[in-house]
Amino acid sequence: MLSSGGGPLNLDIRLDIEEGEFLAITGPSGSGKTTLLRLLTGLIPADEGFIRFDGQTWLDTRQGVNRRPQERNVGLVFQDYALFPNMTVRQNLSFALSKNQSPDIVDELMAITELVELEGAYPATLSGGQQQRVALARALVRKPRLLLLDEPLSALDASIRSKLQNYILRLHEAFQLTTLLVSHDYREIFKLASRVVALRQGQISQPDLPEAVLFSSGQDGDIRLSGEVLSIEEAGAGFAINVLIGHNVVRVPARPKDIQQVQPGDSVMVSFQAFQPELVR
Amino acid sequence: MAAAFWQTLWLTFQLAAATTVLLIFIGIPIAYLLSQSQSRWKPFLEALISMPLVLPPTVLGFYLLLAFSPERQLGAWLEHTFGLRLVFTFAGLVVGSIFYSLPFMVQPVQSGFENLPRNLAEASYTLGKSRLQTLLRVQLPNIKPPLLTGIVLAFAHTVGEFGVILMIGGNIPGQTRVASIAIYDEVEALNYGMANQYALVLVAFAFTILALVYSINRRLLRTG
Repeated sequence: MLSSGGGPLNLDIRLDIEEGEFLAITGPSGSGKTTLLRLLTGLIPADEGFIRFDGQTWLDTRQGVNRRPQERNVGLVFQDYALFPNMTVRQNLSFALSKNQSPDIVDELMAITELVELEGAYPATLSGGQQQRVALARALVRKPRLLLLDEPLSALDASIRSKLQNYILRLHEAFQLTTLLVSHDYREIFKLASRVVALRQGQISQPDLPEAVLFSSGQDGDIRLSGEVLSIEEAGAGFAINVLIGHNVVRVPARPKDIQQVQPGDSVMVSFQAFQPELVR
Repeated sequence: MAAAFWQTLWLTFQLAAATTVLLIFIGIPIAYLLSQSQSRWKPFLEALISMPLVLPPTVLGFYLLLAFSPERQLGAWLEHTFGLRLVFTFAGLVVGSIFYSLPFMVQPVQSGFENLPRNLAEASYTLGKSRLQTLLRVQLPNIKPPLLTGIVLAFAHTVGEFGVILMIGGNIPGQTRVASIAIYDEVEALNYGMANQYALVLVAFAFTILALVYSINRRLLRTG
């Protein structure tokens, strides 16, 4: 039993992740997403479980194996960054160096994330996006093979998000990482991840959007647009969901079971079956 | 007379300084462990440490006097094993003061640790750093205001100590006669002028040190 924001929660998960995969984890708040990341890092114990990564057993409650966070070499980016306020940008990164590790990696990471000019700045003087880049770079100093991102972009506005998503992708590829991203944002998931799982009440369930919709290349005439749910209203026998797409509001018919899974403010994808799409100038 | 005056003040300072230095090494680990502890015994330990805040100092002094008396087990053992006598000696005053001022060091530092976002330490652990490295390089540097408060309050409180010292230290010039005792002694002897000199020094000291702590903490908080 674990406690989450919404009270006690039984997290019961079996998950296999491919090496080099970019996996997104979504689900309502209190469903165990952050708890899952904390279990993977070893920051909290599991009652029962088995975690094996890259040939190393990190957790095996039957054998009494439970590696400490220090021995797991996993990079974790906290939702609120958790930068050390008493250290400059460079010191935050250098702090993470292992004994005898060459400091070159610090310079390399600062170059990739464009932090070189900020190396002497303290976290309190940085913008949210800059802090995010420091947290990301710091998590990679030890060259972990596994990177965990806990809603890393939720506190940032849209223009910075998109830029940071590019950094994340670049680092994922440059360091050949296996990456787990907790996110609510389907646009973000679509852009970054190659697979998505949803957590509900501590269990893996179907994502709100089927993967087929998210990741398939789509067939002719299948148009997908991402937007934000504005409101849900009754319409005739069913419901209608108003979705803001760009500057347009689109009214999408919905069945009662559809509306249970969305609420205003959610980001969603709207899929249109167009018989013959045509560009009009 | 002037020599005795300065001797007493110097002794007061030495006692407070020795007590504070030792309390840094005793109080900070206790505060750290208490802040991490989930044990059901924690409230009892906290109560024990905070007792000097509510008990008359004479109660603490009385029991220390009994415990350290060479006629009793602990006192006899200390004297035999370490050649250490703690009644009516400076060393005894230091030990008594450590008990007496412990809550003033532990409480601010403990709440400093508790108010520090937990994920700072967790981030450090996931970056491969041990608990000790994390404590020294991440946690302590980020609780400077409560640390300073603890250190200064422990020092100032020891300067202002009276009851414990009277019980286990007595009034031996150059040994156990500190300023607060001297004031009492001078008043008993109707030397109001002398008592006033000591008292004024303590008033000035208390005000200066507190004003200093508040202004430094304000600056530390502002600069983060």
